[in-house]
Amino acid sequence: MNVQSNSNDENGTVMSESQNTTPSSLSDVAANRAEKKVAGTAPLGTGLEARGVHAWFDKHHALEDVSLDFSAGTVTALIGPSGCGKSTFIRTLNRMHEFIPNTSMAGQVLLDGKDIYEPGIDVTKIRLQIGMVFQKPNPFPSMTIGENVLSGLKLAQLKVSNHEDLLEECLTRAGLWTEVKDRLGAHAGGLSGGQQQRLCIARALAVKPKVLLMDEPCSALDPGSTLRIEETISQLSKSMTIVIVTHNMQQAARVSDYTAFFLSDGGPGQMIEMGPTNEIFSRPRDQRTENYVTGRFG
Amino acid sequence: MRPWAPSVKDRAMTTLSVALSILTSVIIVAITPMKGKLAYFTIFFIAWFVIDSIMIIRKSGSKGVRDALAAKITFIGGFVVILAVASILWSAISRGFKGINFAFLTQTMREASIFDAIGKGGIAHAIVGTLMLITIAIIISVPMGILTALYLTEIKGRAAGIIQFLVQAMAGVPSVVAGLFIYAAVVLYTPLRSSAFLGGLALTILMVPTVTRTAQEVLNLVPRDLREAGLAMGATQWKTVALVVVPAARSGLITATILGVARIAGETAPLLFTIGAFDSYNFNPVKGDNSAIPAIVWKGLLGGTPESIQRAWSAILVLLVIVLVMFVLARTLGSKAMKK
Amino acid sequence: MSVTAPAKTTPTPRVITTKPRVSDQIFRGIVTTFSFSALVILSLIALFLLLKGFATFKEQGIGFITHFEWNISTDAAGKADAHFGLQAMLLGTVIISFIALFFAVPLSVLTALFLTFYAPQGIKKLLVTVIDLMAAFPSILYGLWGYFVLMPMAEYWAKLLHKWFGWIYIFDVPQPVFTRSPFIAGIVLSIMIIPIITSVSREVFSQTPLDRVQAAYALGSSKWGMIRAVVLPFGAGGVVGGSMLGLGRAFGETVAVYTVLNIVFRPNFHILFTQGGNVASMIIQKWGEASPVELSALMAAGLVLFILTLIVNFAANFVVKKTVKSGR
Repeated sequence: MNVQSNSNDENGTVMSESQNTTPSSLSDVAANRAEKKVAGTAPLGTGLEARGVHAWFDKHHALEDVSLDFSAGTVTALIGPSGCGKSTFIRTLNRMHEFIPNTSMAGQVLLDGKDIYEPGIDVTKIRLQIGMVFQKPNPFPSMTIGENVLSGLKLAQLKVSNHEDLLEECLTRAGLWTEVKDRLGAHAGGLSGGQQQRLCIARALAVKPKVLLMDEPCSALDPGSTLRIEETISQLSKSMTIVIVTHNMQQAARVSDYTAFFLSDGGPGQMIEMGPTNEIFSRPRDQRTENYVTGRFG
Repeated sequence: MRPWAPSVKDRAMTTLSVALSILTSVIIVAITPMKGKLAYFTIFFIAWFVIDSIMIIRKSGSKGVRDALAAKITFIGGFVVILAVASILWSAISRGFKGINFAFLTQTMREASIFDAIGKGGIAHAIVGTLMLITIAIIISVPMGILTALYLTEIKGRAAGIIQFLVQAMAGVPSVVAGLFIYAAVVLYTPLRSSAFLGGLALTILMVPTVTRTAQEVLNLVPRDLREAGLAMGATQWKTVALVVVPAARSGLITATILGVARIAGETAPLLFTIGAFDSYNFNPVKGDNSAIPAIVWKGLLGGTPESIQRAWSAILVLLVIVLVMFVLARTLGSKAMKK
Repeated sequence: MSVTAPAKTTPTPRVITTKPRVSDQIFRGIVTTFSFSALVILSLIALFLLLKGFATFKEQGIGFITHFEWNISTDAAGKADAHFGLQAMLLGTVIISFIALFFAVPLSVLTALFLTFYAPQGIKKLLVTVIDLMAAFPSILYGLWGYFVLMPMAEYWAKLLHKWFGWIYIFDVPQPVFTRSPFIAGIVLSIMIIPIITSVSREVFSQTPLDRVQAAYALGSSKWGMIRAVVLPFGAGGVVGGSMLGLGRAFGETVAVYTVLNIVFRPNFHILFTQGGNVASMIIQKWGEASPVELSALMAAGLVLFILTLIVNFAANFVVKKTVKSGR
């Protein structure tokens, strides 16, 4: 089992050290994590895998040859300076990249071993299994809190036998239940930024995704809300695979099991290095990674 | 690569379902007592929906079917609109074309009546009349419109809100009321009588709001830096506006004028109260009745005989060509203005 | 020696004045004067119509709006006995305008949705050009087309409607004459107001906040689901505003209605039947042979129409400004 403790070095960077034996392979970690699964939640599947993913905006090559394996039940953080393709990459994982006009991609993204870009596939079904939480909280203003949480069901026309139970379950998992349980009929606009974001998380959970993608979910929030959401992420990771883009290295160190470092040298963004979080921060294999995590740039 | 783009198979399926639907529609209309274009379209739509749903339901379930139905219905909406416009254009071209010949465009009605067959008499005087009306309207409404736009964009005084509101209100004045007003105000209180000038006045009322609104949009596009550069050099405001802002917006202002003209060139109702009727050239704008193309159309329509109606169609075709030319002109100039 | 720090006071802002140069003052003066022309013209319109129409208002009183007879007869002594009532015409105007909205609003909203969310680039450009073109067509062209091309078809549809739904009051007819009816006039009007409603709807639909759109898609929504959940609630206000602008335009339409509507001075709710009213068309119809007394009545009618369209347009612009420009 890993125990992580934090210490400050002169640069003020928080680095984590493990105190017990580091697992020797990713599969060991996966095995460890697998034991902690909570029964009764959505089946995990075998995780998400990106193979040789490229992305273009018009002719501009934004992302080059990214291959990443997100094991089931893990939290992976994507870090790197602005503009190196992290957000673009995460949007290829749930086929949101194609919404921008004149974009194209190459490579495969496998969910449970099946490529989500295969022709003939119903993309809306993919997005039910791979959910997304955005940087700016975006609840539907024309709906109440309760309606917002269940909106995914309505949009996907899923039948659920018990709405109230699902509502309570999702809001509890998102850490919002106690605050809103008496005002589910109130409009979502009246919530604070942190509450709105947790509402969006609850909304994403309602359709029972296997994977949750989070694109800088806390960057628009205050530190207090940020910490609460990080707690939520830790809880959620027991029952789903999470990929989180973040600018905040401390956050990556706090919540993630694995970290992938992205960088662009002026050309397309590339994934430089990926590994268990404590290794990336303490013993990165690539010099560029080390420069970034020790704060020499970015 | 675009894995999400419709594949060859997708396109083939769509073509197939449309073709099958057309076939079904033709067959069903043939064997049942239904008739008419309405029947064809309705059956086609239902058949298309059914066939398409069968193909979709396997892949996306009832949600996909609902989505596809919505897509089809919005498409039908756009299609109906295009159909209507195409019908209008086609009827003007096909019916008006027969009556257009050299005589039609160069003669006047001085020695002919609208009940004569085509070949005798023409609308040359009406074309001249329309041009006179447009000229008068331009002379009055362009300065007025541009100055008003300048007030709203450059001076932005306290009355700007009210004036903006009023310009919009003026845009809603019915053309009948404009004509009625000019008659009431001018003919009944001044010695002026039916003439091109009066018609031009009535058209001015209708043209000023269009010019103002478009000029406003164009002037607002001129970047603030230009104005600030002028003022920073110590120029007065009016010099900045006259020598910097307006030239920068020049092509857009021309567009505003052309759009205004396109709007009024086809107006009929105001003319009925203001220009009277005349069968020949009248180059005097302030004295004497005059003619204009919409008036010819109106007379031809009311005449009721095949000959007069033919003249009406031909006259409207001429008018349509003029309006379309102006429209294209305004658009090309307008896109150049935007690019700057 | 004690040093007392001076009390800290916030300085008051200085009043900055510039006296514009004389040339600028003249400039501002001219521009301001001309821009008040709009106000001047509108007031003049109201004034002169009122002046000329006053006699009618005085004589007919409120009956001018509520009665529907329109005749003038001269008795043996040469005195004119006039009854002018606009009610049938006002009612008729409203009826055909609402028929127009009935067809135009769904078609416009669907077209706007198609243009914003479904149309490929090429078709979008074509359709946008077509719609702008529609707005530039002379209204008498709609009249000609409406009478010669549309009416035969619309007559057929009216007969069908009557056959299947004649038991509903509005689709019933006292005699089977279906030409030049409010129904047909409404259809012609609807095509004329589609451009304005479509362009306002398009503007508001394209302003739908992207983050809500993406939120819906990320939840696995289909395109139509997204439109229903995000675009339509957001754009409803704009659509209403655009429809009101279309209504204002429909109220004032003259020559296009004139050809396809049979003006009769009796209120008629059987929309398929050949009887209808429209203030603007009535004015042109009666104009040719109007005696001075009738002239005054026509002026009064023009004033009523003017005020009516003014009110509708004020309200419409208000709604449009609130929903489209500010964006929710």
